[in-house]
Amino acid sequence: MFRFLVRRLIVALLVAATVMTLAFVMTRLSGDLAISIAGPSATQADITAVRKAYGLDRPMLTQFFDWVGHAVTGDLGNSFFFQRRVSSLIGERMPVTLTLGITGLLIALLVSLPLGILAAVRENTVFDRAVQFVTLIGQAMPSFWLGLLLMIIFGLQLGWLPISGTESWQGFIMPGIVLAFSAIPALTRLTRAGMIQAMGSDYIRTARAKGLSRASILLKHALRNAAIPVVAVAAVALGFMLGGSIVIEQVFALHGVGFLAWESIAKNDFPVVQAVVLVLSVIYVALTMFADLLNAVLDPRLRGA
Amino acid sequence: MSVTAVNAGSNRHPRRGWKSAATWIGAAIVGVAAFCAIFAPLLVPHDPFAQDLGKRLLVPFWMEGTDPQHILGTDQLGRDYLSRLIWGCRISMLIGVTVSTVSGLIGITIGVLGGFLGGRVDDAVLFAITTRLSIPVVLVALSVVGLLGSSMTLLLVTLSLLLWDRFAVVARSTTMQVRNLDYIAAAWCAGCSRFRILTREVLPNIASHLAVVATLEIALAILLEATLSFLGLGVPPPLPSWGLMIAEAKDYMFFSPWVIVIPGVALFVLVLGINLLGDGLRDQFGARTDQ
Repeated sequence: MFRFLVRRLIVALLVAATVMTLAFVMTRLSGDLAISIAGPSATQADITAVRKAYGLDRPMLTQFFDWVGHAVTGDLGNSFFFQRRVSSLIGERMPVTLTLGITGLLIALLVSLPLGILAAVRENTVFDRAVQFVTLIGQAMPSFWLGLLLMIIFGLQLGWLPISGTESWQGFIMPGIVLAFSAIPALTRLTRAGMIQAMGSDYIRTARAKGLSRASILLKHALRNAAIPVVAVAAVALGFMLGGSIVIEQVFALHGVGFLAWESIAKNDFPVVQAVVLVLSVIYVALTMFADLLNAVLDPRLRGA
Repeated sequence: MSVTAVNAGSNRHPRRGWKSAATWIGAAIVGVAAFCAIFAPLLVPHDPFAQDLGKRLLVPFWMEGTDPQHILGTDQLGRDYLSRLIWGCRISMLIGVTVSTVSGLIGITIGVLGGFLGGRVDDAVLFAITTRLSIPVVLVALSVVGLLGSSMTLLLVTLSLLLWDRFAVVARSTTMQVRNLDYIAAAWCAGCSRFRILTREVLPNIASHLAVVATLEIALAILLEATLSFLGLGVPPPLPSWGLMIAEAKDYMFFSPWVIVIPGVALFVLVLGINLLGDGLRDQFGARTDQ
């Protein structure tokens, strides 16, 4: 178990270091950042001043190690546009994104677990096919478009929910539903497959032979075993959702980390952009690690791997 | 043995019918889209770029006060919506097919190498896949396009460099499965070179799995392009990408919802069609590409 943990941790750190390098390279791709920061009407002197002020006149490698050195200690540099520390900017915006992600995940689980279980119990019936059709629709639905449609229907025509903003918890419902759509197909399929497999196993036959009730067999025996991969995938799905929330935050004007990144991209504020990429990647890596650990704890057979 | 055969038969038959109908629907959608994409210049009733400010936001045929010249109405600049929709199909298909091809070349190469060679090479491949998965695709694509300026070429390159992961995962695992089979051993014994075994023995035998991945990647690339264009950092205007059409029409959607409904439905139907076709292929080949 300990070796498994250490190996997993080393891989995670290596991935984080690689992402760090890629994020740095990515933001330097456009050539001379000082020119774009200084703006179109800047003189040569302005550009030189900008270059000096932001340390862009130093050699690339020095800039890189400076960034890495500070990032390791949690200092992600200063934003050019907001004139503030990037770490505090991200810290301020993170609660909105996390609330959105967790709302999305909860909605996704609330929908996919019952759908997956029922589809498995009624395998190959009309209901099962209907569920599979719903997952196909979920896969094909462009999230930004679904968001706009919900805004028109529930925000404008029915007037049930606010169209944008996060003043109240209701503001998270529509974005949460849209975000959940991205995870529902995979989670439903996984629950269904896991339940079908579990229902065909020996311990379920034993439970049936003991005369346990159908509900008890389904929920206590089959679901517990089918839930292991679902919980792990749910953790990974949360990581994906946080990365993908940039679209939904933009549609619903939620001022989370994704919105911050979008604003910063438009303003060439590259310290913020590279920091957001890094933070979201690290969160994803941490969540996948958590999922692996959970798998190992729940299923001892995996520990040797 | 006879029992299993009967069971399999009774389970499969109704499923087959349902499944093959879905596959055919998917194939039909993809066929129509491919036809529109290839012959777009001949099919469009109007110039998709020509503005006519006197004919702004004309309504489509199912509403009152429609103009028979513009079946699907016109956009906020008076451009014919049907023509832009057809041209947008060309752009979606171009991006889907190109990105899937290039990212397929990248992913299949590293996946097959990792699966076939094993050891250190495979560790490196696995690490590359893990790293790629940890990178938020939409954010990185937006950043690159945002920092370098939006252009079609850049969009194609960026998406191709980001979407090779599933190809690599599937190519790697399927190569591992065939690596130790008898016909590979026979090829070694016959003195075939490593390159020949990879290209003549391994690749043809994993091709069906890769075809399934390719369809799914086309759908994913089309959705991603639409998303990036919607956020203003994808296909540059005035090109009529469906995502861009939705973005440009967004300001009018509360008064005339059809302006976002039409391109959205087109996008949804095309992606659904590709996915149906992909699922059908998967069942046909008996391939498992679910993770």
